[in-house]
Amino acid sequence: MKADQMKAGTVKAEEALVGTTATSVSRQRAAAGLALIVLAVAAIAFPLVFSSPVVTNYAIYALIFVAVVSAWNVFSGFSGYISLGHAVFFGSGAYTVGIAARDWHINGVAVFGLLPLAAAVGAVIAVPFGLVALRVRRHTFIVITIAVFFIFQLMAFNFSFTGGTVGVAAPFLPWSPTTFNDRFYYITLGCAAAMIVIAVLIRRSRFGLQLRAIRDDEDRARGLGVHAMRVKLTAFVLSGAVTALVGGVWFLYLTQVEPPSGFDPLFDLTLVLMAFLGGLGTITGPIIGALIIEPGQLYLTIRFTNGYLSEILLGALFLLIVLFVPRGLVPTAGEWIRRLRTRGRPAVVPVAPSTAVAAPPRVLPEAGRQAPPGEAPAREAKR
Amino acid sequence: MSALLRTEGVRKAYGGVHALDSCTVEIDEGTVAGLIGPNGSGKTTLFNVITGYAKADAGQVYLADKKITNVAPDKVFALGIGRTFQLTRIFASLTVLENMLVASKHGGAAARNRAMEQLEFVGIAGHHAALAGTLSYGQRKLLELAYVLVSDPAVILLDEPAGGVNLSLVNHITDRIRELNAAGKTFLIVEDNMEFVMGLCDRVTVLDSGAVVAAGPPDIIRTDRRVLNAYLGDDLEDDDPHPGEQA
Repeated sequence: MKADQMKAGTVKAEEALVGTTATSVSRQRAAAGLALIVLAVAAIAFPLVFSSPVVTNYAIYALIFVAVVSAWNVFSGFSGYISLGHAVFFGSGAYTVGIAARDWHINGVAVFGLLPLAAAVGAVIAVPFGLVALRVRRHTFIVITIAVFFIFQLMAFNFSFTGGTVGVAAPFLPWSPTTFNDRFYYITLGCAAAMIVIAVLIRRSRFGLQLRAIRDDEDRARGLGVHAMRVKLTAFVLSGAVTALVGGVWFLYLTQVEPPSGFDPLFDLTLVLMAFLGGLGTITGPIIGALIIEPGQLYLTIRFTNGYLSEILLGALFLLIVLFVPRGLVPTAGEWIRRLRTRGRPAVVPVAPSTAVAAPPRVLPEAGRQAPPGEAPAREAKR
Repeated sequence: MSALLRTEGVRKAYGGVHALDSCTVEIDEGTVAGLIGPNGSGKTTLFNVITGYAKADAGQVYLADKKITNVAPDKVFALGIGRTFQLTRIFASLTVLENMLVASKHGGAAARNRAMEQLEFVGIAGHHAALAGTLSYGQRKLLELAYVLVSDPAVILLDEPAGGVNLSLVNHITDRIRELNAAGKTFLIVEDNMEFVMGLCDRVTVLDSGAVVAAGPPDIIRTDRRVLNAYLGDDLEDDDPHPGEQA
């Protein structure tokens, strides 16, 4: 009787806890929805409030990196395969738009019609790149991505159709200087928002779950029916396509691409730093990382003529992150908030034992050991 | 009864070490088969060869007379063989329910319901929202068993399911295996806990140095001289007629 009462009590306590949790979850969702609406309104109103091109320039670069780091995170953050070769896609996207516009004589706003082509080129490059690189893991994968990156940079320097060291110039956009930045602000905002939505959908999907399982234990995931190569390659291709598309937007904004800027070795290191600072594999982490690092880096580059200062500080920041917030700002902050909320409560919610667990332990039906009365040994019962 | 899972003359060497040497094992449909042997006798290697985690140098693996030798782990799983590992391998950063859904063939509410049913069956449904990395060792063993069940495999390979867990949990796992077996599941179990193996298995195969030295019902295997030799050394005289049937 006592055991029954205890069990009933535990079940009631659990139900109460579940009820409380459900209420707090719906409250959290409402708060998150409200915050999202406020953020969206603020983002849309930003160029109306801060109309200075200097400020919108910061915002455009930040949004370009929000989009790219989110795309990078969908592959590297979710799967755990840290790519240092995404500049291949970014540069290829920029060059695709530039070369196609130049050779096909596309001018004016029509050049934006080339962005899907940039994405397609990124995807096409990602397939053989991924098929080779994704056969190996960890450090070897990283080294291969760096090697492919340098191959592309060398090609950009040496092929005639890429314009060699001079690079490619973008066609003229018939926009007045007063609205030029605002238009690009909304274009990059659209790219960033779309990529964030894609990232959220992937994370919630079965595909995203499989990517995260690969990150934790790829071999185990394979043993549970996950087609690891297919899943990794799909994420790599998607990530590459979006990065290439955004590379095209970046090129049209900057109006010029050369091999060192299109295929910049610091590009991927910056992405990694953004993701690590905010929280690798989370949705908001890399976004926050991009919003902090890109404007900061741009400010240092503009403010101090010595361009290396921002790079030195970038390296120093990386060391600080690894030392003090190795999991990133978002997961660490989440952990602090959880600790504050659950202070004084048991670490794990007590679980009512199921009837199966509560059943008295049976004696193994082995020679010399008696099974309890009324219980037929399984082998006999089965036959 | 027909052999649902069969290995024929499987060989596997790591460098100069022969982990498996002409290993032939048969698992009848609907039985609980045990695989025992001293440390390094090749039990886990045989599991790895069957499930595609290691490539056999020679020999064949059959599932219901279909050759599945050196088939990739994801395809082996899709064909109906699920396995657990000696050291539990769960997805630590995913929740318990998400762990279950990784193994699920489809998504959606039906998959979640089925996953919850399996978690209830093994007794850890209350932890479905917890991160798998926060589970105790015993709970991880149960989670591994549960997510193998999600895809409804015909054969379940358990690598030391009772290793490192307390007696009450051993009994709990035993009960679950019996229930599943009564429902038609075939098991191959590697285990060092002799009471567990002898009490649960219909037939036991003994490996030593990668080769099968004996196979038969537990009562006979227990007294087989070759088995005792494998475990205790070759100092016992080998003049006893073989009471266990030949593999």
